Amino acid sequence: MAQEEYPDAAGASQPAESPAARSIKKSGVLWGELAIKSWLASCSFISIVTTAAIVILLLSETLNFFENVSPGEFFFGTTWTPLFEPSSFGVLPLVWGTLIVTIGAALIAIPTGLASAIYLSEYASDRMRSTIKPVLELLAGIPTVVYGYFALTFVTPVLRNVFPDIQVFNALSAAIVVGIMVLPMVATMSDNALRAVPISLRQGAYALGATSYEVTTRVVVPAGLSGVMASFLLAISRAIGETMAVTLAAGQTPNMSLSMFESIQTMTSYIVQVSLGDTPSGGVAYQTLFAVATLLFAITLVINIISQMILNRFREVYE
Amino acid sequence: MPLTTEQESRHLEKRHRKARFFAIFCAAITWSSVLLLAVLLYQVSIEGFRWLDWQFISSFPSRFPERAGIKSALVGTIWLISLVALISIPVGVSTALYLEEFAGKGKISKIIEVNVANLAGVPSIVYGILGLAIFVRFFALERSLISGALTMSLLILPVIIIASREAIKTVPQGIRNAAYSLGATKWQTTWAHVLPASFPGIMTGVILALSRSIGETAPLIMIGAMTFVAFLPEGPMDSFTAMPIQIYNWVSRPQEEFHELAAAGIIVLLAVLLAMNATAIFIRNRTERRMK
Repeated sequence: MAQEEYPDAAGASQPAESPAARSIKKSGVLWGELAIKSWLASCSFISIVTTAAIVILLLSETLNFFENVSPGEFFFGTTWTPLFEPSSFGVLPLVWGTLIVTIGAALIAIPTGLASAIYLSEYASDRMRSTIKPVLELLAGIPTVVYGYFALTFVTPVLRNVFPDIQVFNALSAAIVVGIMVLPMVATMSDNALRAVPISLRQGAYALGATSYEVTTRVVVPAGLSGVMASFLLAISRAIGETMAVTLAAGQTPNMSLSMFESIQTMTSYIVQVSLGDTPSGGVAYQTLFAVATLLFAITLVINIISQMILNRFREVYE
Repeated sequence: MPLTTEQESRHLEKRHRKARFFAIFCAAITWSSVLLLAVLLYQVSIEGFRWLDWQFISSFPSRFPERAGIKSALVGTIWLISLVALISIPVGVSTALYLEEFAGKGKISKIIEVNVANLAGVPSIVYGILGLAIFVRFFALERSLISGALTMSLLILPVIIIASREAIKTVPQGIRNAAYSLGATKWQTTWAHVLPASFPGIMTGVILALSRSIGETAPLIMIGAMTFVAFLPEGPMDSFTAMPIQIYNWVSRPQEEFHELAAAGIIVLLAVLLAMNATAIFIRNRTERRMK
């Protein structure tokens, strides 16, 4: 117990001690207290330092990059060939690749995730729920490289049977596995949001003669909408930042094709490609790493902030 | 125009049919995602099980699939996770204690709170770039275990902080007041009462965070964990490989045998993760029962 280390805490049992000695010991405790508090405070500043380091690093290297390449070319160029001659630094193909994988993943994860959340919160018995929720959490905990394996050895072969002209590396397969990957997140977060809707709202609607479908779609989901929307946005932000599954499944071909049957390259898989190769540090090709990462960081940050704003601003507070 | 009774009952019938259909639809969707997990696990196990033997666990990677194993990756992952735990648990729990017990509700704690929430959403590959620039290059730690561990610690810190804070929040204020009334200082109260009371919750969060760091691949690729390591690391400054890196390497090769090796590696990885998750769930259930 702490009393043994700090005898003055049990001061009454030591009458022999003079008041002066006690106050010296007391100040020793306070100094210790202060030291511990400073240690705890400095630990919590690590998170601030991390953020500062990320922002400063990304911005400074990106500014260096923009000394070599004009921002106009970077943001509006439609050819991305930074690693070989003639080099061209239009980032749009990478953004496009990220976009179609994300849209595809969202089209899979959002409806199925919401339907699962509705089942869990509105229809499932407690026993069902306590079976399914851990399974969903388990799905959410599977490393992304495993989903990459799943894409290459399972999803793509199935797709090739259905669509014979699909490439070995293709955006569709990546979108499907990323969708599966973020589905549990949508389901569990939306489930939490729907369960926070008070039972009295449901009972009110049932009392007016509504069916379970009407109660769910017109009362429960609208009431929990802020949490549901936030889960969608976080899932989208995770899909954008997803790296390994996309790198393995979608290939390394930056292009702006509308077809999901072709190989594409996302922002994240470009970063992996550069770091796996032996690009010398300091050159323009190395700087592209930071320019692309800054863009990625900015996009996900904006989405995360919007989702937090939705949660804070539109949260319905029920007494 | 008023509806006849027959029309009304048909309308009602239709609404109820819609409701039934919707319920079945939602259940089907949910169960199919559970089924998907089963398919995934089945697929992995039939592919990989044949390769999974002692030889696989105890061999170094090789160009020849039949001689290849996961030894260096397994040892690398154990090293990495131990270092990450040593770094991230004290820092993460300290931060949570500071925010909940010491910082008050002022501006600084609000800033740190928002900051941690945003850090939790930063893509893992961005942490990889940070680790590459700061630890590998700037501090010249090279492509070593310690670079990987520091990078991974930064990555999971927000998770540990958020989970620990939630756990600390559940400690009733009465416990603190009782300690204060006996003359305990703030730290004595925190150390002797708040921390033990929130310990199970903190442990659950820590285990889940560590299991996330076992599976993370992208940051390790960024800081340059090697894909072909035929030796075991002996200290934090040695270069290393880890299980997800080895799996990535095998998956990205064209030969079928290597895909099956990857499946065997995935079985080992998932077994480790499952064991950690089960521990976390066990701790959670036990404390839930005790709280009641």
